[in-house]
Parts: sequence; structure tokens; C-alpha cells
Amino acid sequence: MSIEVTPMDTPLPPPQTIRTHLVAPAVPRDKPRATTAAATAEPKIAVKDLKFFYHDFMAVKGVSLDLHDKCVTAFIGPSGCGKSTLLRCLNRIYELYPDQRATGEVMIDGANILDPKMDLNLLRARVGMVFQKPTPFPMSIYDNIAFGVRLYERLPASELDARVEHSLRRAALWDEVKDKLKASGLSLSGGQQQRLCIARAIAVKPEVLLLDEPASALDPLSTQRIEELIAELKSDYCIVIVTHNMQQAARSSDYTAFMYLGELVEFDETEAMFTHPKMRQTEDYITGRFG
Amino acid sequence: MTLYGKRRITNYVVLTLSLAATAAGLLVLFLILGALLWYGIPALKIMTFTAMTPPPGNTPGGLLNPIFGSLVITAAATALGTPIGILTGTFLAEFGRGTWVAPAVRFVNDILLSAPSIVIGLFVYEMMVVPMGHFSAWAGVVALAIIVIPVVVRTTENVLVLVPSSLREAAIALGAPRWKVIVAVTYRAAIQGMLTGVMLAVARIAGETAPLLFTALNNQFWSSNLNGPMANLPVVIFQFALSPYANWQVLAWGGAALITFTILILNILARWVASRGSFQQ
Repeated sequence: MSIEVTPMDTPLPPPQTIRTHLVAPAVPRDKPRATTAAATAEPKIAVKDLKFFYHDFMAVKGVSLDLHDKCVTAFIGPSGCGKSTLLRCLNRIYELYPDQRATGEVMIDGANILDPKMDLNLLRARVGMVFQKPTPFPMSIYDNIAFGVRLYERLPASELDARVEHSLRRAALWDEVKDKLKASGLSLSGGQQQRLCIARAIAVKPEVLLLDEPASALDPLSTQRIEELIAELKSDYCIVIVTHNMQQAARSSDYTAFMYLGELVEFDETEAMFTHPKMRQTEDYITGRFG
Repeated sequence: MTLYGKRRITNYVVLTLSLAATAAGLLVLFLILGALLWYGIPALKIMTFTAMTPPPGNTPGGLLNPIFGSLVITAAATALGTPIGILTGTFLAEFGRGTWVAPAVRFVNDILLSAPSIVIGLFVYEMMVVPMGHFSAWAGVVALAIIVIPVVVRTTENVLVLVPSSLREAAIALGAPRWKVIVAVTYRAAIQGMLTGVMLAVARIAGETAPLLFTALNNQFWSSNLNGPMANLPVVIFQFALSPYANWQVLAWGGAALITFTILILNILARWVASRGSFQQ
């Protein structure tokens, strides 16, 4: 297996050229960006005046933004700015913890998912999520993928096999695990485990994919594979990625939202944001002056 | 230098004291084990496992009926107490967070965990033996199950809490309902720890005497009727060891060795299962 050396591995250029370096895509984009097309379409997800509370503490302070289908939107910002919290509102995973609540509106295809009557299990089957640390279940690789599928579909064995294979192929993991599908998911390396989690998420055919710092616990090579995967999956999903890594946001997203202290400071097309940030705080952050 | 010298002396003193304490503890343990080996092993013959308890005197006999009784009572008590313990532990770890019920249940459970077993025996005596009018193995089963529950609750809660919440979140994020997450993911990640807890509970009740004295009592003869008194090793040891008859005393040593080594093996097994690692390799 050979992996090309990408601009990611080259030394940092002098400061005056850092912005152009940031937007240099590591993953070659042969297709034009989908942003112009998407900008005219209805947003997949419309967040309106979202506030989030950990007990009494307001972690997200009235954020509104639109997320488009077949686009990658990155949430960036320093630790504790509320970007992960915002992401966790999109599938209401926070409901696990009695102390946490959200107000405002999150419309997915026109329906407010914050509505108490929303069926959370069905919502989560539509909005997949991958976490910072790989979370393979303590079962075989095959069962890791089949677990989610079996929840909502009764497939004959041959179809289930096909679905597992398809998901693993899409997650670029098939060639590495096809001979050991019965092995424990925990026996894989960190990068493979994370791709297993992505395969597991797409196996249930979600519409939205939430990635919470999916590469921050991985080495550079695994990170690169995950980024390639995001670029490849973009054509089918509405992808939202939280990242600490600005280069990653610049490389793999179409839109970027910069958050600071629970507020949305700036939200724009990634290219515009990284070349001509409108706000001083954004500029300071993306050039590494704070954060 | 003097300060350092002082520290060194303090270190030696404390080290010596703790080594002496360890040695004292181990000495007692090995004396007990040694006595059991010395007197108990010669008492274990083939006949011990094939013959019933003998009448006093020179009649030879064995421990078949108490061995059988102990196995039945212990197994039934484990079967009764384990599900209750696991479900309670699950409630505490998975659903109780942020409620006032969970700390209350945990507190009561801790009291039950350290409750003297004789009190539990008396309680079951009042609740079951008196209304039924006679001693019975079922009462013994209930008394021992009451001892099993807090042990299993404790270990189940502890190992479930150790399962990282990211694993639960990952399963929930796929759209899995809560019960499915617990049964298919959380339990699976914690199964070794939970098994260890059950084994420790079995080891704990295998040697309990006091609760059985008030409940299952004893039986000179073979009995598989759980509604009547049933022979069991702890009570037989208690009775035979205190008797003036030599053949009974020898059998008491044999029974004691049998119970002790069973518990020892169960503990080693529990450690081995636990050491095979739960969810992370």
C-alpha cells in the first residue's frame, strides 16, 4: 500500500502566505465546489436561535445557521466555545444527561427536531454521528456494522452481508478487514476503528453525518484517510464536522462556522472565511494568534 | 542531611511496621489453611463423597447429603439473587443518575452488604420459617439470596460505570433504544466484571452458616425436598465439630477443607475472569 505525500507534510510557509497555504486542498478536487449550487437550495438543517444549557450554564448563546445537503460544514473555535455542544444538538444526543437542555429551533427538512414529540431513535437513525475517540462495540467487525442495520431493518442474510460489505467499502476499510470480519472490532488499529465507526454510521443510511473531531485522536496518515473519506462521502450526505484543526477545516469543508464563547462569530464559505475573514476574532484565530 | 536522615529512619520504621502487619495477617491465613490441609485432607476419602452423614459412634460415613444440599441451596440462592442484583445495579448505573432514589438505594444496599448474616437468618426465620411452621431449604435459599443481592448490585454498578459513556453514546447515536444499548453493548462490555461479581457472591454464601441455622437447618438423611430441612455443609460442620464423637469431628474437618478450597478456587477463577479484561484490550 502506498500513500502519496501531501502538502500536509510540508513545512509551514512564512506567515504572510499562511492563508493561501491553509486553503490549499490536500485532497484533489476535480469537481467544482458544490457551494454555489447549494447556496440557492433549501438548507437541509436550519438552526434558529439555538441556546443550550448545562444546568444553569449557557454554553450556546442563540446560534442561527443553515447547513446544506451534500456539503461539508466545519465548526471551528477554541476549546469550550460550544462547537461540540452545537453538534450534539443536531441529533439530541445530549438527552442522555438529565442536566442538559436546548431551546430554539433545529429544523431538519422543515421539521423541528427539538419538538418534545420527536421520536429520538428515529431521528438518530437519520442523523448519524462519529465521535472523537473511536468507539467500536465489543463485538465482531461484522456485528459492529450489522448492529445498527438490524435495529430498523429485517434483511435476509445475503442482503445484510452486502450492506456490511458496501459500508466497509465506502469507509475504505473493506480491503483491510474482509478476511477477518469475525474478529473483534477492538483488535483494529485506532485509524481502522474510526473508519469502522464511520462505516457503522453510514450502514444505517442516514441523511446527515455528524463528525465530532473524528481525526483528533489519530496519527497523520489515518487523519488523511479520514479526510479523503469525508471528501468522498460528501456527495451523498450533509456532513457537519467539528475540528480543532484549522488546516483540516480549510482542506475538507465547504462552509466554516467560527464559534467563540458560545456565540457564532462568523459563518461563511470556507474559502472566503480563510482568505478574507470579516471579523477580527476570526482572523486572530485562524492565523493562530489565540486559541 | 539530618532532615534526610530523619526521613530515612521514619521510612524504615513505617516500612518495618507495615511488613510486620502483613506478615501477621498472612501467618494467620496460612495457619488456617495449614490446619485445614493437615486435618482436612486426610478426612477426605472417596466415601466422603458417596456416603450419607453417619450416626454418632464408630459408623463410617460421608458428606454426600450436605454436599448435595449445599450445591442445591447455593445454586438456587444465586439464581434468585443474581437477576435482582443485576437489575438493581443496572438501575443505579444507567437510570439513577441525577435522581434522589439512586443514592438512597445505594445507601441501603451498602447497609445490607455489611449486615450481619445472623440478622438476615433471623429475619427470614420470622418471615418464612415461623409462618410455614417448619424449617425449609427454601428459607435457606431466600436468606442466602438476600446476601447475594448487595454483592451483585455493588459489582454490577461499579463495572457498568466503568464502561465509557462514549460507547453508550455511540450506540444511542445509531438510533438504538435504551434497553438495546444496555443489553447489547454495555453488558457485553462489562460481562467479565459482572461474572466476577456473581462468583464472589457465590464464594461469599458458600460458607455462610448463621442464616442456614435458622432456615434450612440440617438433615441426617438424603433429602431433595426444598420444602423441608436440608443438610448443608456449614451447618453440618458446625454440628459435627462441636460434637464429642470422633467420626463426626473428622468429617467436620473434611467439610471445612472442602468449603475453603471451593471458595479459594472460586476466588482464583473470579480473578482470572476479571483479568481477561473487559472492554479495552
